[in-house]
Amino acid sequence: VGQPETFPVEEGNARERPSCSVHWLPFQGSDGGGTWKHTLVQLRMNRRAPLQGVRSLGTKFRTRLAALFATLLCGCGSDRHLSFLNPQGPIAAIQRGHFFEVLTVLAVLVAMPIFLLTPWFAWRYRYGAKTSRYTPKWDSFWPLELATWGGPVVIVVVLAFILWRDTHAIDPYKPLISNQPALRIQVIGYDWKWLFIYPDQGVASIGVLAIPAGRPLALQLTSATVMQSLLIPALGSQIYAMGGMVTQLHLQATKPGRFMGENTMFSGRGFHQQQFTAVAMTHDGFQAWVRNVQLHGIPMNEQTLKAISQRSTRSELIAALPRAKSSDGNVYLTGVTAALFPTVVKATMGGTAIDLANAGARTPGGARANPLPVSGVPIRAALGARR
Amino acid sequence: MSFAAIFEHPLGRLGPKALPFWDMLQHPTEANVINGCIATGAAGAVVIGALATVALITHYGKWRVLWSEWLTSPDHKKIGIMYVVLAFVMLARALIEAWLMRAQQAFGLGGGFLSPDHFSQLFSTHGTIMIFFMAMPFLTGVINFVMPQQIGARDVSFPVLNSISLGLTAAGAALVMVSLVIGKFSTGGWFGYPPYTEANFNPGVGPDYWIWALSLASVGSTLTGINFAVTIYKERAPGMTLLRMPLFTWTALCTSILMIFAMPPLTVATAQLALDRYLGFHFFTNALGGNMMHFANLFWLFGHPEVYILILPAFGVYSEVISTFSGKALFGYRSLVMATMGIAVLSFTVWLHHFFTMGQSANINAFFGIASMLIGIPTGVKIYDWMWTMYRGRVRFTVPMVYSIGFILLFVLGGMSGILLANPSVDYQVHNTVFLVAHFHNVAVPGVLFGMLAAYHFWFPKAFGFRLNERWGMLSALCWIFGFTLAFFPLYGLGLMGLPRRTVAYTEPSYVPLEIVAFVGAFLVIAALGALVVQLWISIRDRDSNRVFAGDPWDGRSLEWASSAPPPEYNFAVIPVVTGRDAFTTAKEDGNAYQPPDHYVDIQVPKNTAMGPVLAALGFVFAFGLVWHIWWLVILSALGIIGTMILRGFARDTEKTVPAQRIREQHRRWLDALATATPISRADEGKSTNRGLADHAVAGLVP
Repeated sequence: VGQPETFPVEEGNARERPSCSVHWLPFQGSDGGGTWKHTLVQLRMNRRAPLQGVRSLGTKFRTRLAALFATLLCGCGSDRHLSFLNPQGPIAAIQRGHFFEVLTVLAVLVAMPIFLLTPWFAWRYRYGAKTSRYTPKWDSFWPLELATWGGPVVIVVVLAFILWRDTHAIDPYKPLISNQPALRIQVIGYDWKWLFIYPDQGVASIGVLAIPAGRPLALQLTSATVMQSLLIPALGSQIYAMGGMVTQLHLQATKPGRFMGENTMFSGRGFHQQQFTAVAMTHDGFQAWVRNVQLHGIPMNEQTLKAISQRSTRSELIAALPRAKSSDGNVYLTGVTAALFPTVVKATMGGTAIDLANAGARTPGGARANPLPVSGVPIRAALGARR
Repeated sequence: MSFAAIFEHPLGRLGPKALPFWDMLQHPTEANVINGCIATGAAGAVVIGALATVALITHYGKWRVLWSEWLTSPDHKKIGIMYVVLAFVMLARALIEAWLMRAQQAFGLGGGFLSPDHFSQLFSTHGTIMIFFMAMPFLTGVINFVMPQQIGARDVSFPVLNSISLGLTAAGAALVMVSLVIGKFSTGGWFGYPPYTEANFNPGVGPDYWIWALSLASVGSTLTGINFAVTIYKERAPGMTLLRMPLFTWTALCTSILMIFAMPPLTVATAQLALDRYLGFHFFTNALGGNMMHFANLFWLFGHPEVYILILPAFGVYSEVISTFSGKALFGYRSLVMATMGIAVLSFTVWLHHFFTMGQSANINAFFGIASMLIGIPTGVKIYDWMWTMYRGRVRFTVPMVYSIGFILLFVLGGMSGILLANPSVDYQVHNTVFLVAHFHNVAVPGVLFGMLAAYHFWFPKAFGFRLNERWGMLSALCWIFGFTLAFFPLYGLGLMGLPRRTVAYTEPSYVPLEIVAFVGAFLVIAALGALVVQLWISIRDRDSNRVFAGDPWDGRSLEWASSAPPPEYNFAVIPVVTGRDAFTTAKEDGNAYQPPDHYVDIQVPKNTAMGPVLAALGFVFAFGLVWHIWWLVILSALGIIGTMILRGFARDTEKTVPAQRIREQHRRWLDALATATPISRADEGKSTNRGLADHAVAGLVP
């Protein structure tokens, strides 16, 4: 496969850099993006009414705190969005909202009284003080004790309400509501790279996760090696990827942009290099990207899969498989079908090498594993359709 | 393994490759040389430290004293002191490792100077040591020293078992130290999740070192828990009802109960992992029916109660310190007892919050999230009750009190980040990032470590008969407080910026400024450790001008202050009768704190026994043999352990008698000292005129 040196990966996309002035300071909850106005967040904002009081209590404080965080966590040196505090998708937006809600309640009701009273008591009732009372035997006063218990109880009840609401709102297993069909992506964690499979497009990539902005993503994850955890902070939640098991994650990007993605679960020598960039593109940009990969990617075959399965970082993989070299350091693969993912799950569970001849027969089990759409396609066809 | 293999490989897998400089000599690349030099330097420090200790003991001819007065002593006070010495040694190592990690990350943009393998050994040993061989021995030592005295007992219920527990913990610590010199420690972190720690991913000795060090320590801690709980239930002085026990004893009781129930899951989890690794079982493997999720559940079923095993005794210390140095009865005693028990019970219901991200349903996550937040209620009550204790008191800013105030302020922030993490929707973002690292250090350092250091300053005069230098202590406390703040608050920010924990290097330049601030904090923390060393040196040098033989340097409130400093082997010439809370304060107010009894009787105390050191040595050898597959050594030491225990079963003459005459002499000498001592007001507490007799009058303090 002759692959052009300048493989245009993110062609046609606005490669927005998060600039401090534009992205950080306004801190609007929903960024006014039109693509998911009808979706989760919108519904959720309406449901927030019961907490209106709590929210307005800390609104000013919250705004200032947000500005402080923004300055602190700007990430000006980076060309990728790093943090959910500058959310680029509905899940991360809810998480940021939740984070500041809880932080505000705690800062105002828990930290502030203690930070004011402790130094004040320590000083006012210091040894040698002449004006303050001294009651060495005063050791209980039931109204005070009642308040001491009651205060934390009320705070925890309020926080428990928020917790219950948002835990259910952004359950990673819950599909996002949208008028567009979700894009299926299957993620396999290898040492030390993520393989992103687009089963409906027949392509896969390592080092970059290309996604269409505004369209929900339905990720299935597994690991071909040790336990790993996939996180794209600007988009939303992380979830473990475990050998022989399938977990799920639903994310969405609001608009085109570049987001840092990583494995957060230590996995050995190349752990810190198991990073990738999630690139959200326009609809047309994504179609162009898929076409590019289909045209220029290297075929997924036994040799390729074997190289990927080695314990190696992405750059070591490319060194071992020179054909995989691309101008941006990522690896692009074609001829990958939905059967590869269940095959890897099954092989990992069975403790066997991936048996290419008898692939993808049974459904794997695991942590809330939903039955995978396993076609009866022989893995050879699944792997290297173009060969 | 065949029988012949024992003879073919008498040293198992032990060979020259185990030496820390072997790689460097074989493949002298720049990275190998740097890492080899650091590793060799560390190994050299261990070897030289051990040799220097041996040389010094020999030089001063102290072997006999060490053996007969300390190592074989079943005295709970000496065992407690030895635990604390062990904790300080391990603290020093783990702090240097922490500094090294901060240095690596400060220069970690795109590389740094440590290899990933070296860095991962550092965070694995740092965590393992700080939890199992620093915090656990420290609190076990403090409880050992203080609790029997607080309840008016002569010793713990099972003094020899106590010595064995110390031995097993020390053997585990020794195993971690030896891994610096021979072979490599685990790279799997302090919780060593499989399948990463399984043989197919990590065939080396690292995870085995980790497994056997933890196994030794966890067996030791289980035995300690049983010992303490039985002591508190059975050995209390007459009148010391449960609700008259000092709060520190209450926390010791709750911690002991937690140890009894929480340690076995750890022992089981590490044993199962050992079966996987040694005999090809499939408990936690990817394949053939193994499931790593079981390990996560078992480990955190231990791991979360463990957090409260660590923090509860520290809470007890703060209760004693704040009450004593506020010159005021503890506010809300019953609330504090209920809160302590509440935390102990709740601690078993929250383990799942360590893996919200493993794929459970939202209902399960929300349940465990709310359960986790519930712990904030009793904890909040405690904080407020300590504040109400200072309220209308007379607060003295001594070193333990500075630690306590620093604790209250910093711990609240740690608790806040804990509540944030209890929210699964937030945890989904910051789990496994350095935000989490910042959180648990924010509760562990101001919570556990400050508490233990406060205890060290508070009870040191009781243990050794002289006060520690206040000035250096204060310097150290301030270095700890500000060093901690600088070192860990930046990590909250870095975590929110998505920096994963345990990452040796990173590519985002925006991480650098906060990493550098954290590195500055690490320097301050090292300075704090240095100040502690200087303080001990100066205090020993000036010990004669700071003696407090009369035994009550701080106007103490509970029974441990009602004896000389240091106390006699049998603690109390006459077992006190308790009539209320704050027993010693009440006695001082009634003017009967230092009464000579009508007559003295003989006291039975346990005889010295070599069980502790012998089982420690055999346990160490057993574990070392297992790590390196030296099977003959394993078999021999196992036989030795069983044989030693059987032999002990035949020992009948296990107690000795302290004659009434000697008790009378010792007690009278103390009473004479009290008679000649000047009662010292709290204003002169820190002066050398403080000989340990407190002027309890409150006149002049009330306006």
